Amino acid sequence: MPHDAEAEIEITKDLTLPKLFLRMCRKYGSKKVAMREKEYGIWRPITWADYLENVKYLCLGMVALGLQRGDKVAMIGDNRPEGLFAEMAAMCAGGVGVWLFQDSLLEEVQYIVDHSDAKFLVGEGQEEVDKGLAIKERCPKLLKILWDDPKGMRSYDDPILMSLKEVQRLGKELEKQKPGLFEELVSQGQGEDVCLLFYTSGTTALPKGALLTHYNMLKMGQNLMRVDPCYPQDDFVSYLPFAWIGEQMMSISAGLQVGFTINFPEEPETAQENIREIGPQTMFAPPRIYEQMVRTVQVKHLDASWLKRQLHEWAMRTGYAWADCLFEKRPAPLLIRLKRLVAELLVFKKLKDHLGLSRIRHAYTGGAAMGPDHFRFFHAIGVNLKQIYGQTEIAGISVLHRDGDVKFDTVGRPLPETEVKVTEEDEIISKSPSVFLGYYKNPEATAKTLKDGWLYSGDTGFIDEDGHLVVFDRSKDIMVLSDGRKFSPQFLEARLKFSPYIKEAWVIGHKLPYMTAVICIDYATVGKWAEQKGIPYTSYPELSQKPQVYDLIVRPIMEVNRTLPPAARIQKFLNLYKELDADDEELTRTRKLRRAFVEERYKDIVQALYTDTETVHMDTSIKYEDGRVVPIKADMRILRVPQEGGK
Amino acid sequence: MTQEVALDSEVQLQVEGISISFGGVQAIYNVSFQVRKGEIFSIIGPNGAGKTVTLNCINGLYKPNRGRILFQGQDITHWAPYKRAEAGLARTFQKIELFSGMTVLDNIRLGRHVHLSSGILAGSFYLGKTSREEIESRKFIEEEIIDLLEIEHIRHKVVGMLPYGLQKRVELARALALNPKLLLLDEPMAGLNLEEVEDMARFILDINEEERWRVTCILVEHDMGVVMDISDRVAVLNFGQKIADGKPSEVQQNPEVIRAYLGDVEDLYATRR
Repeated sequence: MPHDAEAEIEITKDLTLPKLFLRMCRKYGSKKVAMREKEYGIWRPITWADYLENVKYLCLGMVALGLQRGDKVAMIGDNRPEGLFAEMAAMCAGGVGVWLFQDSLLEEVQYIVDHSDAKFLVGEGQEEVDKGLAIKERCPKLLKILWDDPKGMRSYDDPILMSLKEVQRLGKELEKQKPGLFEELVSQGQGEDVCLLFYTSGTTALPKGALLTHYNMLKMGQNLMRVDPCYPQDDFVSYLPFAWIGEQMMSISAGLQVGFTINFPEEPETAQENIREIGPQTMFAPPRIYEQMVRTVQVKHLDASWLKRQLHEWAMRTGYAWADCLFEKRPAPLLIRLKRLVAELLVFKKLKDHLGLSRIRHAYTGGAAMGPDHFRFFHAIGVNLKQIYGQTEIAGISVLHRDGDVKFDTVGRPLPETEVKVTEEDEIISKSPSVFLGYYKNPEATAKTLKDGWLYSGDTGFIDEDGHLVVFDRSKDIMVLSDGRKFSPQFLEARLKFSPYIKEAWVIGHKLPYMTAVICIDYATVGKWAEQKGIPYTSYPELSQKPQVYDLIVRPIMEVNRTLPPAARIQKFLNLYKELDADDEELTRTRKLRRAFVEERYKDIVQALYTDTETVHMDTSIKYEDGRVVPIKADMRILRVPQEGGK
Repeated sequence: MTQEVALDSEVQLQVEGISISFGGVQAIYNVSFQVRKGEIFSIIGPNGAGKTVTLNCINGLYKPNRGRILFQGQDITHWAPYKRAEAGLARTFQKIELFSGMTVLDNIRLGRHVHLSSGILAGSFYLGKTSREEIESRKFIEEEIIDLLEIEHIRHKVVGMLPYGLQKRVELARALALNPKLLLLDEPMAGLNLEEVEDMARFILDINEEERWRVTCILVEHDMGVVMDISDRVAVLNFGQKIADGKPSEVQQNPEVIRAYLGDVEDLYATRR
């Protein structure tokens, strides 16, 4: 699609995000809504003028408290307007934003706050303040902890604490003393200045801080929208962590350039409902969000009446037939088109409405592999889901599907101004104006990742005959099967997760005689299923070990096995007694499996899967977010998967 | 019975020697205590000690055979329960007593009903006063209660479909909708898991301490951990009679209390029933 040349801004080396922000505020003022937040059951608008007012005094307040050019401001909390205010305020003063995941454990908060040399920690409410107070002794560079939600804060009197309102009051005072200071601070910024210090989730080691400049971020948004333009009247729902680069790319890089409205859900629990109320035109989410949507549909389908089930199944068959034509880039036969129309009216329209996708123009998924089954599902119901590929170090994404050129086993073609190549070792490397400066205080890692302006990704892949990039897997995760063939465990895991009963899967088999899997059942779906079957259970560990549940899980595994070469077929599996969790360091905060870690942690399980035993005993502990550790003892059964002839 | 606690704060509820019997069973006998404004007052005791009966007498479900109950200086012993509700007495029940077929919001709104005064005619046309009242009541429910108890995500859900822990929260929400001055909580922790107990304890403290609310609470509870943590004063009942009252630490060391608990029926530190 050709981009709207008129709307595109010119990105010079002088332009910064705050300068663009000021320009947008002057352009729209109180005439246009910049953000909306649902509060007390009502969507409350925040105009560009309100946005400016908040940012200006917050920025001056922080300056009054001692924020200087280049200082870091760490932020933690759910997505809310105040989060963006704080980030923009820090940037306006020439500071650098550092985002933390809302559910980070104490040690993670401490590591990042300390490593980034943050002077301020901006939290949301009591929970974040508690985390801040717990680490302040160990982070001597921290000057102030700021908060905005007064709930539960009545008895806090530590002098390090200050409310955002109070900071803004200080800002107003400073404005009186030095009028025009804010505008002056903004004008001092340069495009090459660092604006964000972004800690990567790191599946192997401690998080690394990627330094991103204003120019990186601005170019990112521009090049993305050269492929898929957004418009000022669009709505975007911001509910994924700000500490995830994808959210920054949409809310900051793209949002500031077009000025679309950013909507914040009331609470994380109400996000799905709120998305439906807004009906966004564009969304970007990791696969797990889409997987959850599919699961919701599958579960509702199981609950529906016979007639509805039949109708849904017919519609899905029609949708798949239509989508397959689309993937093969041939026009769908008239009959299929007509049937598709009926299916759209009877089923898909409603379905999309319930998922909040009724107005969606572009839906992107990235950050991890998504199974082809999920991908086909969305195209069947008429959602233009596209794969993207990128990393924090390139300020977001570098490769993207184009409309009408979607292949579910690829991630598409490079963005404008972006070059992507594959080295002789099959490593994916890329070059673009958005490639980061390097890692903060880590020259060795920078040298390994940045060579002659090329960003080395650590991912293995190739470029196919249509010029699409195919990402195989993280290089270090690639498995060698018993027959010597290379294999991507992520691919297999994504396929397994298409079953509504499987929440997480971990496939094992690197240089081992056969393949095995560790499954985490989906508590909600399997629990519901068990209720319907009259199978009693009291807890996740108990439910996961029921023989009937094993019989339930073995079916989708056999289903997936049927499509695989013999050496890649799963021979044995077990249901884990708990869900894999980021708090236990088994997943990254973006929910990627930390393979090396789980292999070490569950080495007894791995060993048992490759010996002739039928049960394995675990003696371990679970860690809660507040630091409590609870010991757990569990026995797990190992089940052999019946093997049948493949296709 | 002597009142050993200094009366430095205004007495909000005074129970004077109430007794009630059902047939031959003397459920409570000559029980007296005072609850002061702004405190959390807990009533504990073994099963069958008469805790719930006491609460029922206070909010008017039962009429005591003897004795009086004074609420903010007024004798309410013979008032009907709804009049007591209007005066600012609200309660939650040990077993949830919600309208399970209605939504969370509708249940809460019902608690607000006593404060709506417009008539049928004005109501059917949504005339001036009605709409003002409705808007005010909506604001109160949304901004004060739903936000406080963190039940935004279930406001439109049907109560009967919710997990037990959330239903308990909805019941508290409905009691709060009355904008009570005194809140009677009958085993708010019963049947909750550890996390839910912690949440509920925090909500009770919020309601009690937050400037906006400052609600006096009478708590009947078996979870001794919670009772000892959050109560200002505790009264102990055994076989229908009060055997002690005072600060949690005093009550814990009272030999008679220890005997009542450890001596026969229950373990003093049995935190779960």
